[in-house]
Amino acid sequence: MSERKEIIRIENLKRYFKVGEETVKALRGISFTIYEGEFVTIMGTSGSGKSTLLNTLGCLDTPTSGEYYLDGIAVRGMGKNERARIRNRKIGFIFQNYNLLPKTTSLENVELPLLYNSAVSAKERAERAEKCLREVGLGERLYHKSNQMSGGQQQRVAIARALVNNPVIILADEATGNLDTRTSFSILTLFQRLHREGKTIIFVTHNPEIALYSSRNITLRDGHIVSDEQNLDIQSAEEVYNSLPVEND
Amino acid sequence: MNIQNLLKIAVKALNNNKMRCFLTMLGVIIGVGAVIAMLAIGQGSKNSIKAQISEMGSNMIMIMPGSMNRGGVRQSGADMQTLKPSDYEALVTQASGISHITPTVNSSGQWVYGNNNYPSSAQGVNTQFLDIRQRRVASGEMFTEADVKNAAKVCVLGKTLVDNLFPDGTDPLGKVVRFGKIPLTVVGVLEEKGYNTMGQDQDDLALVPYTTVMKRMLASDWLQGIQASAIDEEQTPQVIEEITEILRQQHKLRDGEEDNFTIRSMQELAEMISSTSSMMTVLLAAVAGISLLVGGIGIMNIMIVSVTERTREIGLRMSIGATGRDIMMQFLIEAVIISVTGGLIGILLGALATWCISFFAHWPVEISGTSVVLSFAVCTFIGVLFGFYPAAKASNLDPIEAIRYE
Repeated sequence: MSERKEIIRIENLKRYFKVGEETVKALRGISFTIYEGEFVTIMGTSGSGKSTLLNTLGCLDTPTSGEYYLDGIAVRGMGKNERARIRNRKIGFIFQNYNLLPKTTSLENVELPLLYNSAVSAKERAERAEKCLREVGLGERLYHKSNQMSGGQQQRVAIARALVNNPVIILADEATGNLDTRTSFSILTLFQRLHREGKTIIFVTHNPEIALYSSRNITLRDGHIVSDEQNLDIQSAEEVYNSLPVEND
Repeated sequence: MNIQNLLKIAVKALNNNKMRCFLTMLGVIIGVGAVIAMLAIGQGSKNSIKAQISEMGSNMIMIMPGSMNRGGVRQSGADMQTLKPSDYEALVTQASGISHITPTVNSSGQWVYGNNNYPSSAQGVNTQFLDIRQRRVASGEMFTEADVKNAAKVCVLGKTLVDNLFPDGTDPLGKVVRFGKIPLTVVGVLEEKGYNTMGQDQDDLALVPYTTVMKRMLASDWLQGIQASAIDEEQTPQVIEEITEILRQQHKLRDGEEDNFTIRSMQELAEMISSTSSMMTVLLAAVAGISLLVGGIGIMNIMIVSVTERTREIGLRMSIGATGRDIMMQFLIEAVIISVTGGLIGILLGALATWCISFFAHWPVEISGTSVVLSFAVCTFIGVLFGFYPAAKASNLDPIEAIRYE
């Protein structure tokens, strides 16, 4: 284990919110380490603190106390702009509702993170965006506008967008939450493929089924970790996908 | 993030909302168009007044006898006898900045020819009067220096007088008309000049040698005034000073004693008239400027709506690495693009409106470069000013809340 590269290490992470007079303790001391190439699902019911954890891991929020190292860099104590930069270079976000720009082509949507990185030229930007879209199977839909595509296709564009900056970690927030079962499995298949290709993925969800397809599962309850287990028997999402009937109605 | 990418993003965002973008621009377009057109009208009327004044002789200097206020009592200048022919001669020999000069003495009375008569005046002048007032003789000739020397009984009539004394179209040249009891031979007719800006008939006059008026009509040794023209319009104030110096010497005035004559220049008059028209221009521009301000507020309004509407987009941009500054710049650039594009269209529209005004209403107009540059600068300023608040609002959004905004 020790020779594997640490991507994320959190130590005794706490996050308290002040709501009026009360203090809401969303995270009450969480520690774990995620290594390169893991596909981790973080599970929990609403109110378990998983959204807060995701925000913290995504450098959108800073912990009240505890340490967070992303790719060896201490995130706590970073300013707003530094965190924006680290999000741009090291993190790929995937959201439940895709969050694509409306009336914008797939290619432009995928290029977006690179627009905020002045080190990438316009030519390189277009090439990388195209490559990522081909990777997620949308090579034929480079110039389709986001509102002309199905939910599954939109989520693939969002995945391509999360890949385009070569992040050290991909953070998915209920990435299949808005999709029907069959499409969900096609997206899960894609995640499993990315995992096989060596990508590190954190998938936050309240759906326990998804844990069957990841390599490790962390369960949260009331701001604590209640279980953290390796999945030794990873199911193939592709098999399930192929077994599902194509509905023509 | 570099400016090129920011521009791209802003243009893209505006492109996605063409109709709204255009409507927002409309406020600025109308504002700028109005400013351009109003200033063009103002400038045009100012120019036409200036042109009319310079036609009257913008380098003209008038010297009148008596100060306007003596011992607390105001007196009519014409009643005062302080200007003598010797003053005129002194000016002729000593004043270097003067190109033409003439004494003036007026006598009013009835002009008579045959059965026709007309009330007017005889203006006693010398031959240089024509150059000072920029008049020409249309037929016949101006009387001569010799006529002036001899106080000859000759006259040059203006068009109005000719029309009234010779209604049947007889050629007045060589005819003898009477002014009061004095018979005068018509030697010339002045070219028609029409009415001036103040509505005076500039053709209602008759020129007579000033010596004739002084000796034969008024029997006076005093001049009613001296008119001169400066060599260069710009030099008018210096020339006035020079004349003052010479006349004070002539009148043997001690230091501290008030001038017993008054000097007025056409330039002063021109300034007075154009200041009125300047005020008009300022008023028009102010009204137009208010509409530009309203246009700016329109921009702010739309930008605020746009920020609210695009909260999710802002959240997304932030979560994939846009800094607050990037977001702020994006919205600022959007506002500036709207106002600057609106400004450019407004300038074109204003120019078009100006052209229409001059073409259909025949008003004198002139689009000045300053007004174009000014309104363009104001546009950019308005874009930044009214774009700033919404942009700051956008950049201060919390990405966590923004991305989940419904």
